[in-house]
Amino acid sequence: MPKITYQDNKGKSKTIEVENGLTVMEGAIQNDIPGIDADCGGSMACATCHVYVEEKWLSKLPQAEEAEVDMIDMAYEPKKNSRLSCQLIVTDELDGLKVTTPSQQS
Amino acid sequence: MIKTDTIIIGAGPIGLFTVHQLGIKGLKAVVIDNLDRAGGQCIELYPDKPIYDIPAVPECTGEELTKNLLEQIKPFDTKFFFNERVEEVKQDKHNWIVKTNNSNEFSAPNIIIAGGVGSFEPRKLSLKEIEKFEDKSLFYAVKNKEKFKNKKISIFGGGDSALDWSLELSKFSKITLIHRRDEFRGAPHTLSEIRKLEKEGKILIKTPCQLDSVEGNEFIKSISVKFNDGKIEKINTDIVLSFFGLIMKLGPIAEWGLNMNKKTIEVNSKNFETNKKGIFAVGDICNYPGKLKLILSGFHEAALASVECFKRARPNEKYRFEFTTSSKSIQERLGKK
Repeated sequence: MPKITYQDNKGKSKTIEVENGLTVMEGAIQNDIPGIDADCGGSMACATCHVYVEEKWLSKLPQAEEAEVDMIDMAYEPKKNSRLSCQLIVTDELDGLKVTTPSQQS
Repeated sequence: MIKTDTIIIGAGPIGLFTVHQLGIKGLKAVVIDNLDRAGGQCIELYPDKPIYDIPAVPECTGEELTKNLLEQIKPFDTKFFFNERVEEVKQDKHNWIVKTNNSNEFSAPNIIIAGGVGSFEPRKLSLKEIEKFEDKSLFYAVKNKEKFKNKKISIFGGGDSALDWSLELSKFSKITLIHRRDEFRGAPHTLSEIRKLEKEGKILIKTPCQLDSVEGNEFIKSISVKFNDGKIEKINTDIVLSFFGLIMKLGPIAEWGLNMNKKTIEVNSKNFETNKKGIFAVGDICNYPGKLKLILSGFHEAALASVECFKRARPNEKYRFEFTTSSKSIQERLGKK
């Protein structure tokens, strides 16, 4: 199973095996990762699953669709490497992916 | 003190259908919601997005669903208390007393919490130093336009609210519109108006940049924004308006002595009662083994909770299960006969 690393804003990180087909958000929710709330349940409507993706992984991810970018406008402290983790579907290619949660989310 | 059979907290789709399920059983209800209108997440988060899993409704938007639910509960003439948040819940023998932040008091044998993920609040700016200016120089909504006349206003955001208020307030104030990227969301017509005013020098647009710091003592004097290339620019500002949408906060619900599991309330799946007799939770906010956060699940939960509410509100009457197709009393309550 692909391993995903979730790092909080203080640098503490947790690596978790997430099943293929789940989203990075679902992996976080099922494993009680703090900082990823996903209030809307993955419908791109709340931006509370916003993460920063480690730069080297950005090109391996499918491009964000317009609705995702629009929603990131609402997120706390968006950056160039901002994504909504509910839109990142885990595959073998993403084994080792590292995401960081923003300082403030909920 | 307003007396009723059931106090419903939350006017989202499940809160609205709860009114229906109580109503056909002859129970009265009041509905309290922190927002200024009914619909909850359906209206605030996805009014235009189609929903495909409402039984027998192949496709409808959040707005249409809300409209239809309101139509369905019209016969019950239910009183709504909007812009009010429930602050306190306490027991008074067989009844529950509910107090809102608007000092309204309600009494009923039943409370049904249909609170979704909590109450909606504006998403605040993350810069710590700007907090102390809130309601003085920093606002998350425009309530009284007069306050914003002849001022230097910096508006943050890239959606409809930011664009609409930039246009409106530019009639009598100096506007700087600030957004994290070059593209704006929002109606094309509004956007072209904004671009026109920008050319005429009536609105300044700063992109792609974000708030970096704020200067001022009691009131804001200026703010600095940081562009993506690292450049920092100071903008003289009297008022900051920030429009980053709404966020949901659980709020006081966590303090009512209910068994919670993270941000959800634990219920039994027989009648969706919490650990407190007469307090029920339905919809996204409730939690039980196998719970699905679907609107259709919430409808089912409301139907079952309403049966127990009947038993508590009418202890001397026998509950009779009835169909709307054949029950004369239900049809009368619906104003059909």
